[in-house]
Amino acid sequence: MSAQVPQKSVLGRRLLLGAPLAVLALVGGGWALMLRRMAGGNFDPHSLPSQLIGKKVPDFSLPGLDGGVAMTGAELQNPGRPMLVNFFASWCVPCLEDAPMLNKLAKNGLPIWGITYKDKQADTQRFLSQNGNPYARIAVDQPGRVAIDWGVYGVPETYLIDAAGLVHWRFAGALTQRVVDEDLTPLLRRIGA
Amino acid sequence: MIPELGHFAIALAVVIALSQAIISIWGAHRGDARFIAAAPALALSQAMAVGFAFLALVWSGIVSDFSVINVAEYSSARTPLLYKITGAWGNHEGSILLWCLILSFCGAAVAVFGRNLPSALRARVIGVLGLVSCGFLLFTLTVSDPLGRIWPPPSEGQGVNPLLQDPGLAFHPPILYSGYVGFAVAFAFAVASLLEGRVDAAWGRWVRPWTLGAWCLLTSGIALGSWWSYYELGWGGYWFWDPVENASLLPWLTGTALLHSAIVVEKREALKIWSVLLAITTFSLSLAGTFMVRSGLLNSVHAFANDPTRGVFILALLGLVIGGSLLLFAWRAPVLQPAGLFAPLSREGALVLNNILLCSIMAVVLAGTMYPPFVQLIFDQQISVGPPFFISTVVPLAAPLMAAMGLGPVLSWKRAAVAPALLRLWWAALASLIVVLVGFYGRLGWAAVGFGAALWMVLSALAEIVERSQLFRQPIGTAWARLRGLPRASYGAAVAHAGLGVAVAGMVGMTLASHSIVLLHPGDTTKVGNYDWRLVSLTSGAGSDFTARIATLAVTDARTGQAIATMYPARRTFPLQQQTTTDVAIRTNGFRDLYAALGDERDGGIVLRIHVNPLAPWIWFGALIMAFGGALSLSDRRLRIGAPVRLARRRAADMKVAAE
Repeated sequence: MSAQVPQKSVLGRRLLLGAPLAVLALVGGGWALMLRRMAGGNFDPHSLPSQLIGKKVPDFSLPGLDGGVAMTGAELQNPGRPMLVNFFASWCVPCLEDAPMLNKLAKNGLPIWGITYKDKQADTQRFLSQNGNPYARIAVDQPGRVAIDWGVYGVPETYLIDAAGLVHWRFAGALTQRVVDEDLTPLLRRIGA
Repeated sequence: MIPELGHFAIALAVVIALSQAIISIWGAHRGDARFIAAAPALALSQAMAVGFAFLALVWSGIVSDFSVINVAEYSSARTPLLYKITGAWGNHEGSILLWCLILSFCGAAVAVFGRNLPSALRARVIGVLGLVSCGFLLFTLTVSDPLGRIWPPPSEGQGVNPLLQDPGLAFHPPILYSGYVGFAVAFAFAVASLLEGRVDAAWGRWVRPWTLGAWCLLTSGIALGSWWSYYELGWGGYWFWDPVENASLLPWLTGTALLHSAIVVEKREALKIWSVLLAITTFSLSLAGTFMVRSGLLNSVHAFANDPTRGVFILALLGLVIGGSLLLFAWRAPVLQPAGLFAPLSREGALVLNNILLCSIMAVVLAGTMYPPFVQLIFDQQISVGPPFFISTVVPLAAPLMAAMGLGPVLSWKRAAVAPALLRLWWAALASLIVVLVGFYGRLGWAAVGFGAALWMVLSALAEIVERSQLFRQPIGTAWARLRGLPRASYGAAVAHAGLGVAVAGMVGMTLASHSIVLLHPGDTTKVGNYDWRLVSLTSGAGSDFTARIATLAVTDARTGQAIATMYPARRTFPLQQQTTTDVAIRTNGFRDLYAALGDERDGGIVLRIHVNPLAPWIWFGALIMAFGGALSLSDRRLRIGAPVRLARRRAADMKVAAE
């Protein structure tokens, strides 16, 4: 068949029929770039930027776990040193994955305060005894009202607060080594921990 | 133990798929009969290995083995058995395994049903399928493990997403995926023909049944998904132009185009290069649709948690599969020579118009879907493209498609004239025109045109059958004999076209829907459409794993006061998953839906979303008719496997080739 086709026109046709490939290269390149920026945290098509970033922690008051010390917004509005606030629950599997990383961060001296979200206190205690307790303080948000004020849309969710009580960073989902290395650690260094 | 065996089966399947690809393609290339003969056996054993892995996952779900992460996250001991099983594909990893399973079944199907294909072509097709399989099984094995363990295992799983606890949605993914993946066979045929450097009428005949089968499943899958969002999400609509929905529509559009262009290849040996490109494009869009949405690049309510590492793997895989095939296309397609010539105004010309319009619709939907992420990438601006864009771009392209759809089948091949064709359709055109005029008189506006178009599609499909059987022209006995003698493919095409007409009527009817969102206290009445809706009471109830608030609504005719229906819309709260779902109440009489969904409770009352949707059920009924038409056409003996007519034809074709 090919013998009937002049060589030059075959080249021209090849270039023409290569057009779909060029389109693919363009779209694929764009996607690759998006994925790279997504991995670097510079691109998030789902971004629902936290309303709290750059603002003070909202006012609230919650009872402590099993009658422990209560937690208030005022304490977090001027903590004196950078710290994390972590919303979690015993019924959430990603929180299980989150636990080892939080334990590691706590061991390295970063204070973490926990707020349980719609969880039974006995379940929380069992969760902590099984997976370790990285929290310096734990408050109970049984109705989930405070979580709404913070803009939490799922557990686990972690907030970074600086010494003056400003929220610098919010992360939804289980913390991974990568997120800690690329996002949290540089931020902590910048705000002076 | 079972999950580990499943894991091992996946690893085994990777190896089998790789050897399936290498042995088959290399064997066909060298013309080695032993290697060629090995292809079907390898395809079957790959299907068995993946099947075993999938059963292992289903088994872990049935016995609630919470040490398997997937089971712990998407099932629970209290989950009903049906959803323990369907939970296997209710998550990212499991659904990808299902995807691989269907792909391996496609290879096995070609091995079993493709006995009458030339053995070298069959080996190449199986080899290409094996290559694609290998890539995605490798993805499953390395970064998307469905059988991964968690230690210590949680005492109770998180439970199935309540939104997915629905029989309709439970079986939606397998049907939709079968449609998506089914196009892999057409893709494999396209790549195999490029490798062989030959596309002829026989190629068109072989590709068509596979394409048709995939198309029927994809049509049913999309319809089922749309129906689910109608009755489960409680937003009162049936299509939201969400990226996930668009992702399923894109391959449907090009697949429909392929279905029609393959006819031209079969009958006239024209549009060969174009059909090959369509086959590649359709499967590429299926791939991109399944995987890019899931990598989190597109902002959708359906998207899974995003994981860029996975995304990079997928992108590389897509680049290899799609890029490789398009490179082969650019290199080899130019030497394929068109054989059949035709005038612009002919059956072929009408099918080309069909292809142009379908692909244009595909292009605008694709542009609308991809625009937001690209704008964000380039201009760092977040925008969203919504239904107004899609409606205002798709409708003007769909209108000429519908007009041409009626005309096309009565045109003759090679060269035709419009006047005689129109003459045959005069009564269909007249009836549609009357509907439009009556509609305008009834102040329906554009909807009148829509109803006219819908009727035109149904009647012109009927007219084609009448025309072919020469009913009303020949004595009734002769016409009856002709009717019986018509190939099923002709009936299938007419039924599918009429089905689209019915679906369009339903969509147009939905544009006339009346709806309102009201706060009602028990005893209150509101008027929506021509009905009075009275909230009788608000009660509580409970199910196996949820509590519910149930409203009792009495619907009466606003004019006569006659009782029409009592409806019980509800809202379910699932404590384990911390989620609430709406349980929409729908009452239909076939011509209009009464639709009520419950919202939040406020000050002792409750927010109700009430719709009166004219002709709504026709949308899905029409889609079902379309799929049925496809199946009817698929049962045509000319397409049936091993039909003696085909063998004879193939021998003739082989002899012709030998003579060249």
